[in-house]
Amino acid sequence: MIMYGSAIELFIIIVCASLLLAITFWKRRAPARLREIPALTRLSRAIGLSVEDGTRLHISLGHGGLLGSLGGSALAALAILRGIAEKTSVSDRPAVASAGDPALGLLTQDTIQAGFQASGVGELYTNTTGRVTGLSPFGYAAGAMHITANENVSANIMLGNFGPEASLLADASDRENVVVIGASNDLIGQSVLFASSQDALIGEELFAAGAYIGTGASHVASLTVQDILRWVIALVLLAGAFLKFAGMI
Amino acid sequence: MRVINAIIAIAFGILILAGYFFQLAAGLQAVLLEFAIILAGAAALVGVFNILFVHADKIRRREKGSIYSAALITFLVATLIFGVIVPPQHRLMQLLVDAVLLPVEAALMGVLTITLLYAAVRLLRRRLDVMSMVFLLTAVLVVFGSATLPFGNMPLFSNLRTWVSQVLALGGARGILIGVALGTLTTGLRVLFGMDRPYGGN
Repeated sequence: MIMYGSAIELFIIIVCASLLLAITFWKRRAPARLREIPALTRLSRAIGLSVEDGTRLHISLGHGGLLGSLGGSALAALAILRGIAEKTSVSDRPAVASAGDPALGLLTQDTIQAGFQASGVGELYTNTTGRVTGLSPFGYAAGAMHITANENVSANIMLGNFGPEASLLADASDRENVVVIGASNDLIGQSVLFASSQDALIGEELFAAGAYIGTGASHVASLTVQDILRWVIALVLLAGAFLKFAGMI
Repeated sequence: MRVINAIIAIAFGILILAGYFFQLAAGLQAVLLEFAIILAGAAALVGVFNILFVHADKIRRREKGSIYSAALITFLVATLIFGVIVPPQHRLMQLLVDAVLLPVEAALMGVLTITLLYAAVRLLRRRLDVMSMVFLLTAVLVVFGSATLPFGNMPLFSNLRTWVSQVLALGGARGILIGVALGTLTTGLRVLFGMDRPYGGN
């Protein structure tokens, strides 16, 4: 028996799941057309440059755990890490990832290894490329700053859950002339990254990055599903406001 | 092995999700989440060993900044041994937290205020556009509207700050949070369908 009040949520999930599956199959045939987001263009360029000039990318995944509501941003960041690991695995200095949550740190190692295996160089993987740098937000930032300063990093890609401590990481990158590309699901983190990075990613653009670096048709389909749902929510909000204004509710 | 991993992950994901909607699966969901919490606790220990291995490797390779790695390992091992010998509520353990950990975090918080101010100053140099100017003007407005000024409060700034934070910022924040929620939903569904496999595999 369905719990009281949960039927609408279940209906939304079923509709989203059906849309995601249908659009994924459709997007596999039709090429995706995506609007330009400067930060994600810079990200693609940074990936190519790091392989060419033998520098390293540092992907910071924040300190969001997987068990709570912050897990979504962590999973989205892992999907992007997978794509980056695959593209940079043949580099002299492959990408290094840091996490502020132990479970996320374990998945980081697994994801990087999968990226190496996918590009046929699984034997080059070393487990020190996925790191847990600290267990508190500031502890994590302090450990991640150390990577930026000491490991010939050319771009610091911050994707996940970051609070105000993102400013410390961005400042450390700036002092080393390292490009900063950042997106957080936290509002404070977003405002800090807006002020600290060359091109800011706002709101759900964190979840769009996977589609832009070519991680698969399902990521492009996710964007389309999000757009459809956003329109539906906007229309429902407008209809609600109109009905309230008309005194009907 | 990859297929088995995916089947286990998808099956348990569906069971957890079903627990939110069906009374029948709610009990099983609670048990599975308890298992997940225990596993996350074990992962914390693995995380500590990861820190140890990474920094030991840095010392072995004599990398730049390895002196800090040596300091980190020394204090990590010393604290670990000390923590095993004395209970967490012991006076000396509390002293370690109050005299070392808290001041260091507070110092980082202090540095944070300076870096934020510095970032705001550099924002216009880095990205001179309308949004950057609106961002900075809003920040200045909120600071003047909130701070206690030596010559008394300015009601105009205070009223404007309230309007900006209660109307404009709140509306914008809700829009952003709706976007984040939609992104989280589709990301979760991708994992549930095995399209994204953060647990390894292609």
